[in-house]
Amino acid sequence: MSMLDIDALDVWFGRDRGRVDAVRQASFIAAAGESFGLVGESGSGKSTILRAITGLAPTWSGKIAVKGHAIGQRRPKAFYKQVQMVFQDPYASLHPRHSVDAVLGETLHLHGFRDIDARVVKLLDDVGLGQKFRFRYPHQLSGGQRQRVAIARALAPEPELLLLDEPTSALDVSVQAEILNLLADLRQEHGLTYLMVSHDLSVVGHMCDRLAVMKDGEIVEIMDVAALRAMKATHPYSQHLLQASV
Amino acid sequence: MDHLLDVENLWVRFPTRQGIFDAVRGVSFTLGRERLGIVGESGSGKSMTGRAILRLIRPPGQVEADHIKLDGVDLMQKSEKDMRDVRGERISMVMQDPKFSLNPVMTIGDQIIEAYRLHNRVSKSIAWTKALEMLEAVSIRDPDRVMRAYPHEMSGGMGQRIMIAMMLIPNPEILIADEPTSALDVSVQRQVLDIMDKLVKERGMGLIFISHDLNLVADFCDRVLIMYAGRIVEVCDADKLHDAQHPYTRGLLNSLPRLDAPRDRLEVLTRDPAWSEAPSVSGRV
Amino acid sequence: MAEQTLRAWLLTDTPTSRRHAKLSALYQGWLSFRSNTMAMIGLGILLALVLVAAAAPILSPHDPFAQDLGNRLAPLGTDGHVLGTDSLGRDILSRLIYGARITLYIVALVALIAPVVGLLVGTVSGYLGGWIDIVLMRITDIFLAFPRLVLALAFVAALGAGIENAVIAISLTAWPPYARIARAETLTIRSSDYISAIKLQGAGGLRIITKHIWPLCVSSLIVRVTLDMAGIILAAAGLGFLGLGAQPPSPEWGAMISEGRRFILDHWWVATMPGLAIFTVSLAFNLLGDGLRDVLDPKAGE
Repeated sequence: MSMLDIDALDVWFGRDRGRVDAVRQASFIAAAGESFGLVGESGSGKSTILRAITGLAPTWSGKIAVKGHAIGQRRPKAFYKQVQMVFQDPYASLHPRHSVDAVLGETLHLHGFRDIDARVVKLLDDVGLGQKFRFRYPHQLSGGQRQRVAIARALAPEPELLLLDEPTSALDVSVQAEILNLLADLRQEHGLTYLMVSHDLSVVGHMCDRLAVMKDGEIVEIMDVAALRAMKATHPYSQHLLQASV
Repeated sequence: MDHLLDVENLWVRFPTRQGIFDAVRGVSFTLGRERLGIVGESGSGKSMTGRAILRLIRPPGQVEADHIKLDGVDLMQKSEKDMRDVRGERISMVMQDPKFSLNPVMTIGDQIIEAYRLHNRVSKSIAWTKALEMLEAVSIRDPDRVMRAYPHEMSGGMGQRIMIAMMLIPNPEILIADEPTSALDVSVQRQVLDIMDKLVKERGMGLIFISHDLNLVADFCDRVLIMYAGRIVEVCDADKLHDAQHPYTRGLLNSLPRLDAPRDRLEVLTRDPAWSEAPSVSGRV
Repeated sequence: MAEQTLRAWLLTDTPTSRRHAKLSALYQGWLSFRSNTMAMIGLGILLALVLVAAAAPILSPHDPFAQDLGNRLAPLGTDGHVLGTDSLGRDILSRLIYGARITLYIVALVALIAPVVGLLVGTVSGYLGGWIDIVLMRITDIFLAFPRLVLALAFVAALGAGIENAVIAISLTAWPPYARIARAETLTIRSSDYISAIKLQGAGGLRIITKHIWPLCVSSLIVRVTLDMAGIILAAAGLGFLGLGAQPPSPEWGAMISEGRRFILDHWWVATMPGLAIFTVSLAFNLLGDGLRDVLDPKAGE
């Protein structure tokens, strides 16, 4: 069964002469439980696809379906219980005046949970932070710890599909390893489906089962990771990317 | 020995509410006509080291060193006014993001010409031809168009190449590059590095290349200092970086995901408090 | 020892409860505020002003309204009248002390009305955008296009002279700059990742504005308000000076200058003393505002 089905997706910004086509005719399917990667250089439109799925980029056409249900322009609240996103920069994705407790508590409250206290405790344990971080403010946390909080926030509504927008590109390599391990563990425990955007082929090679290579808003190739590891890209641009990152 | 730069026992201190914080702790190294890499994670003091050489640490931060000798002359003894002649003139610095280093309301040509005429008394037309040559030297196609463009019209890679071109105008002896390619895409990264490499070789400059990317440094530099918690924990030749001995360096290398060696779990670095206690390894030759 | 542990408890990086975290954040802010000497001087002056206003009946040597025509325009240092007397023989010191109450009253009321209106208009306008933004901002522009005192004059003329009306008039002319600041801040905050993140939790506009945007706008508004306080006091004094603010015999500082103006060449202290009071309090607010900017500016965080 497909968790995410994207067909002939166009995303654009601006109008008339100022219109910029960020994504053109993108199509791919991510199966339930799969980890799917989107790879490309800056400006290739890979993050824009995530923003279109979540509704943060409102001007799009084509088909986006989650678990077989096509999404319209307005997303019901239930959608955000199914699909969540982790942002690239943990320094920008947490409100500077809200403590960890407030961030998670508000998220849980918005999704209508009652046992908020117990759930905050559980979420912090799930992402390996523990209780002593509960009342800290973002400025009292390191980059890796912030990203863990952001992951906890995304996990709070118990989603099935997690969109990861370069979740480790702002972090040090040793912290990146911790976060990637955490994401792998969480995927196994909660049976999550990942759609992961990255410019780093080795990260995608480590995390994903299949991937799409994007260039100038278009998907030029979809391949599985075995082909990537064997350096068997067919499209010249994918080959070029592979060469550059080894 | 032919040392362009000789740094002995460099400390950078910041007073905080919890007491004094040492960002750089007793670092010593020398730089010849070579490409010296400084790698480490954020907070390791690598950028502070680069800035401290130029005494660019803003108060209340303090720089202390037994000496920082540039061609045998101690920079620590120089007045702030004399330091201004050293910065840019003899030691240049390229920063991570060219967006913040170029003036957004001047054309690129005007900026290069202004910088050039600051150092050479020549007419505008000569400066213009010189600027064109310089843009060509950093492999910019169509330099005429670029001269008339504004910084926002440039891509990141172009901007960084222009910055490098500008830094090289006064013919400095040393170039300090602080994460010059981190904001760039991989394919562009390579081009910028090649240009820096060519210029360093042709002009016999010394290059201090500060980066968090071990593979890049291993590839690009001659010698590498690995910094942790303000100290140098290991010094090695760049081509032998993958055989590094220190557990911190090994940990960093192993925590990278690799396409050619897939693993279920990445190795996580366990930090030994002894690493930050141990005295700094000397990077002198 | 106990003090040491309390300090450590407050400075901790690992707060153990919501209250602990709040107190700790407050204490850290206080510490960085305290390190700014000028701001502390400003705060000291303002605290003194509040105390003086509260204890006016005790502190003032005379009844501020008691006239003594036989002892009018007594110079500084006259027996029993340290700062002299005015044209009706009233003790200037006592009038200044009672005038502090009026000044504080004006300041407090304006500080309650103008920034709140500005915050509301600015954040709604900035967050919603579109035609709401256009309409609200054009109204703001209209208010901004008038010189403040002239507009206040028009309002007072329409509403009638008096302190309350002066306050309302000043507030009505003071909010547009706050709306502009709040809107500008909202525009940057609106596109940030943490607002996107809360949108993905299904939060509505009202919650985002009140719980996520306001806390970040408030600090820069507080700073701006304290810096503007001097201007507000001066505007109130100006209205008083023109006879459109506090009415005689009320000891409002601006009105006192206005009265003293007639004797300024021969009896300078009558106008100068309230002028000095206005100057001191304005300066105190400016110093405080500068210090608060250092503490509250979220961008200048650790």
